[in-house]
Amino acid sequence: MAKYIEMIRIRFLMMLAYRTNYYSGIIIYSINIAAYYFLWSAIYGGKEDIQGLSVIQMTTYIAVAWMARAFYFNNIDREIALEIKEGKVAVELIRPYQYLNMKTMAALGEGIFRLFFFSVPGMFIVSLIFPMEFSANLSTWGFFGISILFSFIINTQINLMTGIITFFLFNNDGLMRAKRVVIDLFSGLILPISFYPGWAQAAMEWFPFQYISYVPSMIFSEGFVGSEVWNAIMMQAIWCLILLIPIQVLWGLAKKQMVIQGG
Amino acid sequence: MRHLSIFLQYVGQYMKTRLTYRSDMVVELLSDLLFQAVNLIFILVVFGHTDLLSGWSRDEIIFIYGFFLVPFAFFSTFFNIWDFNERYIVKGELDRILTRPIHSLFQVILERMELESMFGVITGLAIMFYAGSNLGLTIEWYDPILFILFVIGGALVYAGIFISLATVSFWSDSRTAIMPMMYNIGNFGRYPVDIYNQVIRYVLTWILPFAFVGVYPAAFFLNKTEWYGYAFLTPFMGMLFFTLSIFLWNVGVTKYRGAGS
Repeated sequence: MAKYIEMIRIRFLMMLAYRTNYYSGIIIYSINIAAYYFLWSAIYGGKEDIQGLSVIQMTTYIAVAWMARAFYFNNIDREIALEIKEGKVAVELIRPYQYLNMKTMAALGEGIFRLFFFSVPGMFIVSLIFPMEFSANLSTWGFFGISILFSFIINTQINLMTGIITFFLFNNDGLMRAKRVVIDLFSGLILPISFYPGWAQAAMEWFPFQYISYVPSMIFSEGFVGSEVWNAIMMQAIWCLILLIPIQVLWGLAKKQMVIQGG
Repeated sequence: MRHLSIFLQYVGQYMKTRLTYRSDMVVELLSDLLFQAVNLIFILVVFGHTDLLSGWSRDEIIFIYGFFLVPFAFFSTFFNIWDFNERYIVKGELDRILTRPIHSLFQVILERMELESMFGVITGLAIMFYAGSNLGLTIEWYDPILFILFVIGGALVYAGIFISLATVSFWSDSRTAIMPMMYNIGNFGRYPVDIYNQVIRYVLTWILPFAFVGVYPAAFFLNKTEWYGYAFLTPFMGMLFFTLSIFLWNVGVTKYRGAGS
């Protein structure tokens, strides 16, 4: 256990060493959220609400979605793919730890860093400029906290899977790019799921993507209330468990048929 | 001439590597299509809830998006340098580039090109023709010429911005993640800039002039006379920003100290 916690710490410190680019990151994210704010204001026109979300709730939704993304987003799929291509993974496999767990911990270290040095200050700056609604309700914050932790786990599990697939495809850039696009669209990052036509919403029920961004953002902007919150968090937990299965299967297969291409 | 033959040789090599990883190439083409579909879906879903976006109709917004895809395809084919910092500076790959007698930026571009991104031109044109025929637009004899000029201008604007961002690495050799994040900002140039407030409109016009890759030039083909001035500026903005970025690059390279092993 200690070695995994050490990994979180090391990655955190690594990020700290390169912190200057996070200041520019906060500015870029702020421009991004600002542009979305005006785009959505134009889309709302004079309307009071669309699909039960007011303009202010929508702004809060967008801002939280992007700031939460800073926490759950990571590039471990690219790291794994590179280590496979360069052959470094062979060395990693004989080291006395679980390779996938180690990658997850590294991602967590990165996420914690971004949460404190990026999302929190970024959110503060954005809330000064744009009208947003922060809940005074402590339980909303608590549920949001639990929910983004699950978002992190689900997103990381999907990243691990795309990373492992490099063992079979050898070159995996296309799949990783497709994955990023799919997650941006179907996770509710750029559009709340409730805005989609009914059949599309029904189809998305079958995928874990909306549990990455839509659920925490809806909880935070209080678009979900009462039992909806509990149900959403339960579904997140269930998806975390379901996704363990394909990871284990893929990882088992991958170790058997490893081809090292270089290094 | 020499540059052309080098370019062709790189294209040949590129084909070989692509064919080695055939399944990846197919997935990559599909992911490009998916990427283009995502933005279209955004427009379609949004217009399921509203009729006009400050006076612009759904088909007009779709037309702008179709136009945007064409310069963007040229940009992503030849200026795919979003991981320049990590690949060339942090890993020290630039050392290898600098020992060769061809301009360093030209080599980086050749090494990172992604020819399959050119499919964006086809999807872009298809979307433009679809939206254009819905709007009843007609094609004049000078339209294709201006279209080519605007596309070149737009692609150079994009290239100029991203090359300038890449040159930041020469001065600070630490890792930066600015470029991937910047991709999102590029999308906002596709929407009518009059919806944004003054500051953002100014940024999208003069500082990160992404509006010249989308709404401004496309407004010309949509016969929006009030934007003609901006539309005709497109090729000049492209040349200006591209020249500026080459200048920054040439100065930057002299500041480069090998960082990698």
